[in-house]
Amino acid sequence: MTSLYQRLSKLRGHGNVSSAVLVILLFTSVYASVCNLLLPEDSVFYVSTYTITLLGKYLCFAMLALAVDVIWGYCGILSLGHGAFFALGGYGMGMYLMRQVGDRGVYGHPELPDFMVFLNWQQLPWYWQGMDMFWFALLMILLVPGLLAFVFGALAFRSRVTGVYLSIMTQALTYALMLAFFRNEMGFGGNNGLTDFKDILGYNLQADGTRVSLFIITAFCLAMAFLLSRSIMQSRFGRVVLAIRDAEPRSRFVGYRVERYKLWLFVYSALLAALAGALYVPQVGIINPGEFAPLNSIEVVVWVAVGGRGTLYGAIIGALLVNYAKTRFTAIWPDAWLFMLGALFVFITVFLPQGLSAYVAAKWQQYRHAKSTSKGAQHEPC
Amino acid sequence: MKNLIAGIVGVWLVALCGPVTAEAADNGSLRAQLQHFSGLNYRQKKAAVEGLATIESESTLPLLQALLGGEIYFSKTDNSQFYQRRESGAEVQFSPLLGDQLSPGPTAAIKPSSLRKLRVNNAVRKALRQAIAAVQLRVGSEAERLAALETMLGKLDDEAYLRLQQLQPQQSSAAVQDQFQLVLAVHQLGAADSAQRLAALGPLAGRLEPQVRAAIQQAIEAFADDRAFVAEASAALAKTEQRIGFYRFVETLFFGLSLGSVFLLAAIGLAITFGVMGVINMAHGEMIMLGAYTTYVVQLLMPAHLQYSLLVAVPAAFLVSGLFGVLIERGVIQFLHGRPLETLLATFGISLILQQLVRSVFSPLNRQVASPSWMSGAVELNPVLSLTLNRLYILAFSLLVFMLLVYLFKRTNLGLNVRAVSQNRAMAKAMGVKTGWVDALTFGLGSGVAGVAGVALSQLTNVGPNLGQSYIIDSFMVVVFGGVGNLIGTLVGAFSLGVANKFLEPLTGAVMANILVLVFIILFIQKRPQGLFPQRGRAAE
Repeated sequence: MTSLYQRLSKLRGHGNVSSAVLVILLFTSVYASVCNLLLPEDSVFYVSTYTITLLGKYLCFAMLALAVDVIWGYCGILSLGHGAFFALGGYGMGMYLMRQVGDRGVYGHPELPDFMVFLNWQQLPWYWQGMDMFWFALLMILLVPGLLAFVFGALAFRSRVTGVYLSIMTQALTYALMLAFFRNEMGFGGNNGLTDFKDILGYNLQADGTRVSLFIITAFCLAMAFLLSRSIMQSRFGRVVLAIRDAEPRSRFVGYRVERYKLWLFVYSALLAALAGALYVPQVGIINPGEFAPLNSIEVVVWVAVGGRGTLYGAIIGALLVNYAKTRFTAIWPDAWLFMLGALFVFITVFLPQGLSAYVAAKWQQYRHAKSTSKGAQHEPC
Repeated sequence: MKNLIAGIVGVWLVALCGPVTAEAADNGSLRAQLQHFSGLNYRQKKAAVEGLATIESESTLPLLQALLGGEIYFSKTDNSQFYQRRESGAEVQFSPLLGDQLSPGPTAAIKPSSLRKLRVNNAVRKALRQAIAAVQLRVGSEAERLAALETMLGKLDDEAYLRLQQLQPQQSSAAVQDQFQLVLAVHQLGAADSAQRLAALGPLAGRLEPQVRAAIQQAIEAFADDRAFVAEASAALAKTEQRIGFYRFVETLFFGLSLGSVFLLAAIGLAITFGVMGVINMAHGEMIMLGAYTTYVVQLLMPAHLQYSLLVAVPAAFLVSGLFGVLIERGVIQFLHGRPLETLLATFGISLILQQLVRSVFSPLNRQVASPSWMSGAVELNPVLSLTLNRLYILAFSLLVFMLLVYLFKRTNLGLNVRAVSQNRAMAKAMGVKTGWVDALTFGLGSGVAGVAGVALSQLTNVGPNLGQSYIIDSFMVVVFGGVGNLIGTLVGAFSLGVANKFLEPLTGAVMANILVLVFIILFIQKRPQGLFPQRGRAAE
């Protein structure tokens, strides 16, 4: 019980950092947007649209990392398949955008996307019906990954598949989906995926205004997801989840329906991932089966590990840091990136299992402690 | 006796080879026959070929084959001077054909421009092939006779049929007799007499040769009025289809077992590190890849002895991958003991580093690993079923590796220690087992076996930096499906998944079969989280 209490008090102690993260997030997004839209291009402070899109991409990844942190950091479920939910959400948005292309495709067919015309399909498959309506697409973006997570989680948690087994199963899930989406017969564009989008809700995707709006929406969604996750973790539900992470059998013996808590948390996490995917696709302009690759899902886990799991803000920081490093390194010295990433995996797990945020927090505490004791030492003689 | 038979056969062969012009028959020598050749048109040449085949000489067969290969030339000035072209490397030489029987002499320096080729067209080539087969029936070994009969299958005309029928009683070997009957029966299918046709169906029912099937099919169409015959013939075809179905089944089973052996090789090292030590080694696939690259390097080092390179590569790959395994265990994994999820992440990092290392050293392109000649080829069991040798070898090799490992675990000191540590680490340590040492050796062993798997895989797929990636998920599936910590489970798991995959493939396509098997395992694990062969234990959870 003491450990639970300590955890809880620690969680409350993170309040300051959380607010700081939120403030920085909002400030940066507003600043970047204003600088992009209002300043002339030759200004020193001008933020290019490319940077805006890049930042938007990072924020989507941060949201995905948040989703992984919710279940890994707080419930000890290491999912190596969260890329699947992200990609499913992305495909949902991709289908909507594809339908918006209308007859402006290469083949000019009023209804069928280009790749279907190319494959000699005569009519739209049933699962593409209705995806031209934004509200319906949005519903599907959340419903399909949520349902998958629900079915998978219900099966896995009820039969108490835990630990490493669950990780391998989630990895197999995303791998199977990747193989499936690579097939042309699936009707999702096969190898090439969905791309060549034109506009969203009538706004041109290439326009600066649309880009900035998407970026701001992403930042807003991330902030909301962060606040919601935090309040969930601080609620009674969250405390039970922590108890399950630290002592699953004991929680079960005490009388909690462990599998239900895990299941709902898993579904919530999958929804976050799907939303991140849906925001990601209009900004990068493509979704293909490569997003399902097991490597992508494992990378997400590393972002969380780098930032520090079980803190929420650690996941966001980790995702931003690692992705920034990736962008820089793959540009400067592409061959070195995998060495770097691999070394990062090893270094973090061996030396900093609680991540950077915990390391910084520990140093900060040390500093505070040293300061207060030295102050105390000064006071004592008086 | 032998001479007598040869004489009789010779007489028959004169008859066998049909309408020979009178003047050619008078000249018993090959030279005399061939002299006309250059002046004839192609239709006449065709007849002349049949004349050539009647001549009983040691040179007849080589001459016919040389004609078929377009190697015979004659002098522009004298059309009775014949030469055979011989190629040694890039150099083209001509050797004169000497004597009445045109036996080839030593090569002579002759200008190619002074020679003209004896030309043949496709019709003549066809006649040449038939003539070669006829000569082989007379003088060839048993294998050559069988081959000759095979070329005749379904291609007889009425005269050749009669002559063959007379030749048949001469054949001593049962296999040749059998083949004779087959060739004759196929021809009889076209007979006008209904009873004869029906009789021919007897030996043909259930034969797998495609020509036989085609002939029966044709006969059914040609004699559609003959109800009794059509019924019988359809029954015969059905019997054939049934047998073909059976052999297709055997073939699929073999492919399944072959895939299973690949799974077994890839997964068995994992079964050791994951099952026995409880360590998730995501770099396992890269150990396989290192083994495959070791094979490549060994072949580069000994290009002159390609035949033996695989024999050297097996221990070399074991050492290389095993050494990497020990390094990984001592360098990283020992610090992460009891934290399986962290081990998973760390080893994944190592796998990324190894992949990039290989990409930097060997380039990201696939590397070609040659197959030694004793690995290539196939065992042809019958016309519809042949088993490729490399797959057979790999199947046997995987079982050998499996048995060696079982022996190691059940009968040796190291195996005893490994099992002790896996069952109760603290107690083993208290009894004086050096657990750290055992861990390193076990991990090295698992990785070494993965390296050996890489040698085998280099014979089946491309060797590239992503080789390991494509096997890691399947390997985990096999181990989890079979039951962790259980080598027998891995064996059963590997073969059942391999066979299931191959039997699903014709129904759903290869990728879909893979997906279905994955989904099946995911569902299976929900039902039986411990796999097929659960470890006995008393854990409360």
